[in-house]
Amino acid sequence: MRIRTTGILTCLMLALSWPLWAQHEGGQHTAAAHEAEAATEEHAQEGEAHHATCSCEPKEEGEFDVAAVAFHHIGDANAFHIWGDIYFPLPVMLYDRQGGKWDVMMSSRFDYKHNHGNGRKAINRYVLVEGVVYRVADEHFPAEEVQVDCVSETEHEGEKHPAIVYKGQCYELEAKTTWDGGFTGGGPTSFYDFSITKNVFTMLLVFFLLGWMFVSVRKAYQKRQGMAPTGLQNLVELMIMFIQEEVAKPFIGKHYFRYMPFLISLFFFILALNLIGQIPFFPGSGNVTGNISATAGLALVTAFRVYTSANKHYWEHVFWMPGVPAWVKVILTPVEMLGLLIKPFTLMLRLFANITAGHVVLISFVGLIFIFGKMGESIAGATAGIFSAFVLNGFMMAIEVLVALIQAFVFTLLAASYLGDATQEAH
Amino acid sequence: MDAMFLSGFTVIRPEPGLLFWTIVIFVAFWLTVGRGIIRMIANMMKEREEGIQRSLDEAKRVREEMQQLQAQNEDLLAQAQEERTQILAQAKAAKDSIISEAREQAKEEARRIISTAKEQIENMKTGAIIELKNQVGSIALEVAAKVLEKDLASDAQQVEFVEKLVNEMELN
Repeated sequence: MRIRTTGILTCLMLALSWPLWAQHEGGQHTAAAHEAEAATEEHAQEGEAHHATCSCEPKEEGEFDVAAVAFHHIGDANAFHIWGDIYFPLPVMLYDRQGGKWDVMMSSRFDYKHNHGNGRKAINRYVLVEGVVYRVADEHFPAEEVQVDCVSETEHEGEKHPAIVYKGQCYELEAKTTWDGGFTGGGPTSFYDFSITKNVFTMLLVFFLLGWMFVSVRKAYQKRQGMAPTGLQNLVELMIMFIQEEVAKPFIGKHYFRYMPFLISLFFFILALNLIGQIPFFPGSGNVTGNISATAGLALVTAFRVYTSANKHYWEHVFWMPGVPAWVKVILTPVEMLGLLIKPFTLMLRLFANITAGHVVLISFVGLIFIFGKMGESIAGATAGIFSAFVLNGFMMAIEVLVALIQAFVFTLLAASYLGDATQEAH
Repeated sequence: MDAMFLSGFTVIRPEPGLLFWTIVIFVAFWLTVGRGIIRMIANMMKEREEGIQRSLDEAKRVREEMQQLQAQNEDLLAQAQEERTQILAQAKAAKDSIISEAREQAKEEARRIISTAKEQIENMKTGAIIELKNQVGSIALEVAAKVLEKDLASDAQQVEFVEKLVNEMELN
């Protein structure tokens, strides 16, 4: 039974992971675009700083870009969008790579009030665009706090980039440093963003919510000592027992209890983040497990836990598989060593792809309202859009809750199976 | 088009800040809440297990006690029954013995009375015989005196006279 369930889950995971691979291949095209961007920066340094074109003129209403809206919604931000024009300010901690200088403040200092999350101020070249911190690429831009004219955008080969207008001149912006090597359109820039972003805020919220849950369960336990569990206490106990009986014991075996805190933490943390991301309004909506940095963090901690608890027997099997001919070992060892990297890598990708795919689909359905309504021209179309979005999203959210549970479970299950492999005794 | 599609897709770009915070928050969560909850649940389970075991043991003990009590009751009942039959038997025996004793006593009494009567009769008989002997003696003396007084004329008369005396004596 268990094998069949795992098989079904694997198929489901593969199916849900597919869109990611499709996007991944698409990512290679951006490498060229990135080079073009780099070329622009070089030009800027040569003194032709202001050849970029943008203005504060209200731009023409183009076609509704569902992808852009969806990506903006699932992305991280330095100010938490609550409703309409209202943003919740968050602490900003920025590190200037060149100057080695920290800038620590609240994002409200960018003065974004009633301006759609766009800051009216530039501080040490940092600006806020739709609640996200960017930095003016031009090093000659004034480092002190200055008033900017407006937030705009430039266009290179069909790709739009945020920009600002300062004293009538257009300045291109660069995003925070990412470690994708330009592979997916990011790369190293002049600053790191260590802020308490929307995602970090959501994680802290989940930490305290689960901590509160733990305390209330402990209280319930003390109050109802020796009695049958009820309510939250029962639910938490049920989930923990499920992880213990269905995941930890069968996959790890004898020493399962040593790894229970880790597995339970993984399961509850991921589940809570998945679910809180489904809530479409503040303080929900933070898409943490749909962000590869967060899933990479979880995968790295898991890899650390697995490889630090691995025994001699495991390393022997990785580096010099006993009982096979030497020439097979030559092939096997690199494969096994690659496996050490692939395991956390798949953990990272699977969770990220599943959650992101769900969010993109949900937001796209909401986008139907604007597409059918032709940006407010057709009220009948908008009504049809609202209706279809309502039906489709009801269906999708039900599936997403299921996905939230399954992905939390799968992550925990795979972590347990890696732990089981690593701690298996010689047989 | 693909490039544009990805231009805003920031979630796929691994970013040191969020990575750092995820690791910090998750590890903190693991070491505090994760450890705490598992320790608590383990304690809870252990205590509950012990509690259930205690209850089961208690139930078993009570059941055994009940069985013991029942056995004891049955024993007592059997004992009482036996005692009853014993008492009845004893009573019967006592009754029988009393009756036979009484009968024996009665017989003895009767025997004693009879023997006393016999003795008395014997005594009276002896007394009567003694008296008779005495009377016969005195009669004989009287007769002898009368004979001697009368001087008996003839033998016939003498005989007649003796017979007459004897008859008189027998009448006595």
